Amino acid sequence: MDELEAIKVTFFQECEELLADLEGGLLAMQDGNDDGDTVNAVFRAVHSIKGGAGAFGLEPLVRFAHVFETLLDAVRSNEVPATPDLVVTLLRASDVLADHVSSARGLGDVDEAVSASMAAELKACTDPNAAPAPAAAPVVVEADAPVVEAAAPALIGADDALDDDDLGFDFQPMTITIDEQAADVAAAAGNVWTVSIRPKSDLYRKANETALLLRELARLGPIEATLDASAIPPLDQLDAEAAYATWTVRLETDEDENAIREVFEFVDGDCDLEITRGEAVASDDALAALLAGSAPAPAPAVIEAAPVIEAFEPAPVEAAPEPVAVAPVIKAAPAPVAAPAAPAPVAAAAPAAPAAAAKTQQIDVPGPGQSVIRVDPERIDRLIDLVGELVINQAMLAQRVGEYGIAPSSNLAMGLDELEQLTREIQDSVMAIRAQPVKSVFQRMPRLVREVANMTGKQARLVMDGENTEVDKTVIERLADPITHMLRNAIDHGLESPEERKAAGKNPEGVVRLAALHRSGRIVIEVQDDGKGINRERVFGIAVKKGLISPDLQLTDEEIDNLIFLPGFSTAEKISDVSGRGVGMDVVKRSVQALGGRISISSRPGQGSTFTLSLPLTLAVLDGMVVDVAGETLVIPLACIVESLRPKAEEIRPLGPSGSVLAVRDSFVPLIDVGLTLNYRDQSPAATEGVVLLVEGEDGSRAALVADAIHGQRQVVIKSLEQNYQQVEGVAAATILGDGRVALILDVDAVINLRRRGPPLPSDPTLIAAE
Amino acid sequence: MTEANTTSSNETRELISFRVGEQEYCVDIMAVREIRGWSPATTLPQSPSYMRGVINLRGAVLPIMDLAARIGMPTTEPNVRSVFIVVQADSRTVGLLVDAVSDILSITDDMCQPTPDIACENVRHFVKGIISIEGRMISEISLDRLLPEREALAA
Repeated sequence: MDELEAIKVTFFQECEELLADLEGGLLAMQDGNDDGDTVNAVFRAVHSIKGGAGAFGLEPLVRFAHVFETLLDAVRSNEVPATPDLVVTLLRASDVLADHVSSARGLGDVDEAVSASMAAELKACTDPNAAPAPAAAPVVVEADAPVVEAAAPALIGADDALDDDDLGFDFQPMTITIDEQAADVAAAAGNVWTVSIRPKSDLYRKANETALLLRELARLGPIEATLDASAIPPLDQLDAEAAYATWTVRLETDEDENAIREVFEFVDGDCDLEITRGEAVASDDALAALLAGSAPAPAPAVIEAAPVIEAFEPAPVEAAPEPVAVAPVIKAAPAPVAAPAAPAPVAAAAPAAPAAAAKTQQIDVPGPGQSVIRVDPERIDRLIDLVGELVINQAMLAQRVGEYGIAPSSNLAMGLDELEQLTREIQDSVMAIRAQPVKSVFQRMPRLVREVANMTGKQARLVMDGENTEVDKTVIERLADPITHMLRNAIDHGLESPEERKAAGKNPEGVVRLAALHRSGRIVIEVQDDGKGINRERVFGIAVKKGLISPDLQLTDEEIDNLIFLPGFSTAEKISDVSGRGVGMDVVKRSVQALGGRISISSRPGQGSTFTLSLPLTLAVLDGMVVDVAGETLVIPLACIVESLRPKAEEIRPLGPSGSVLAVRDSFVPLIDVGLTLNYRDQSPAATEGVVLLVEGEDGSRAALVADAIHGQRQVVIKSLEQNYQQVEGVAAATILGDGRVALILDVDAVINLRRRGPPLPSDPTLIAAE
Repeated sequence: MTEANTTSSNETRELISFRVGEQEYCVDIMAVREIRGWSPATTLPQSPSYMRGVINLRGAVLPIMDLAARIGMPTTEPNVRSVFIVVQADSRTVGLLVDAVSDILSITDDMCQPTPDIACENVRHFVKGIISIEGRMISEISLDRLLPEREALAA
């Protein structure tokens, strides 16, 4: 069963990609790009999800996908026009489909009512007269060539064995009308071609599918396809991954040979292709017999195929058979093909099935030179850890060599320099492996915008930019929440209602722009709306009313804008579902700062606001300032440091019995001796003897940290303290320095807060009780 | 050396014994990862006095605990013979600072006596039992009680 679970996991991964494709395709259609390829891609995405879901017996998902697919098929064949309204419906349907996938995955529930009404809506959109049951979909195309149905039952079955209306899988392909057909055929030998297709297993490995090829051929003219399954060995000798079947297609077309060859462009080299003009030149016995038209018995090819399939009969009847038969086939499937499961038995008969549910060649199969490797992320994490060790070790070596007084021009020192260079390059390359485009987060956002806009009665269009900006996986995982929050905020608070917008002479549809870019070694995320901008008077009023600031405070516009980040600030006048539950931008700010990031807002009345979020590119390393405090080495995150300076005596002013402040250009900042705050010493030396680092805490408050000396700026590898011990107040994490010793990374906010509380009482040295 | 079969029928267990001050203690050998010579530790702020700090153990940050101080005795003054025993307790790895490692003992359960009911609460808390061997008295440490509760400082 574990194997099945593993396949299921892969299936859900695929689903995510497919859902993204689906949404992307629909959005492209919304932008007026509804050419056949896009519609086909959208259809395939839903179809693949359905196929896979059926394999795992995910009934509700299959049912919904089925209805969805039916409509898409109708759109695809131009039976239902893709009007803008319809695309909106399809987009909403894709959201419901995504819900179904999540629900099948055990992550949340589907609102049955929503799903049912959506399904009804989809059905209503589908003209019931025009589109027959979708189970027939692949067949419909070749409707005028009934032989195909018999010839390629495996494929069609593989595709649709799961459909309610096709579940029976009662294998009656022998009812071939070949005899008469063949006779007719022989008579009318105008522009007739005989195409013999013998796929190699590579064809399926690259997620191509014979059924699609046949369908393409059918576009050129009426076809008759015959399956020669005689090469299929008995079950015990069957290699699930090998290709055994050969199709012979009789094609009537006015097109020339090149047109036929074009159909096979994508499988070039992956199948033996013979295209001959005229009838039955095939050396194939079965075909000869078939086309001779006189054979009273059914086509031998089909008979041969039958027993093999029969051997499997019990399994395919149910949608999700015991995985026994299924598992090996899928396991053998080379690509992360998710969907093929249920029709596995069929797959054995015609190994097309694993490929059946996969996306088609144009999208999925990378060129021969750019194959993609899927690697367990844990292996990469391990590699990154190891490279971290290497960096530390290399620094250690360099330090030792320095201690021995070896000349910098010596071979040893020069070798070490090279080592350092190499180490750095390895580190960069390894980090690049784990870097991912922010797309994975961004692609969830269009739906969010739709939903929030619906809920708030506003019209919003999301424009995304820089989806391919890469950032470390550790950061990606933490991006979704802040972005979600900022987008909600932009729509709920930023954009006006359509009426207000019209009155202001704006397009009733507001535009929210989400962009990602790299800037000076950090990733910057911008959320921009073209709404009304921040109402500074109101923000100020609310902050005063809530007691967050004093009413006579003089603030610049920028400072007022940033009041919205204060804890307990929420500007929504009415509490909505979307925002205004008291968890506001302060939460965003805090979570961003916990990652070593910063967030700021700029706003222009009547023109909109922009949130700018900047984050380090990775959480594995950190840029820090290495300082000395009371004989201990500490690292202060560079992101917190505003500036560093050597204070002059006249800039330090005592305040109260023991405190003092530092005058920095007209403002006074509290001086905090780090050594004293962390209990490294009892008495702080004069601040003029040390170095002052002006830092900014998460609430925007500034403090002047006093250290004894600065060693310089360095990139350090972040190590967890909690893994073997626990959180320590005032310490964010640890790192290992060049001398092999552990240095602590300062938690600047905690240090500021510790200081506010005053030093811990000496009578209580153990904060942790024995029990 | 970790091939000792602790579940064999005669219930033989192997223990590593070490000196803390003038007393002898021991821990189950299966919990011991390695024994290392003393190296200076980085002090942890806001920590109890028995936490000597953290060291770099092949890239992992390893907390060092002064066993004497933990049990309530005067803190250990590390010297050249001081070692720390790297042990696994729960999911965490810690180094225990002790004065010296004595030897490896093979004991059966009947050599183990319950901790005498003496007043010192620390002893009752951290000592699992007492082993009498060749006239020596060796106290077995209950490792899972040594580390402070993780939640204690979570707030």
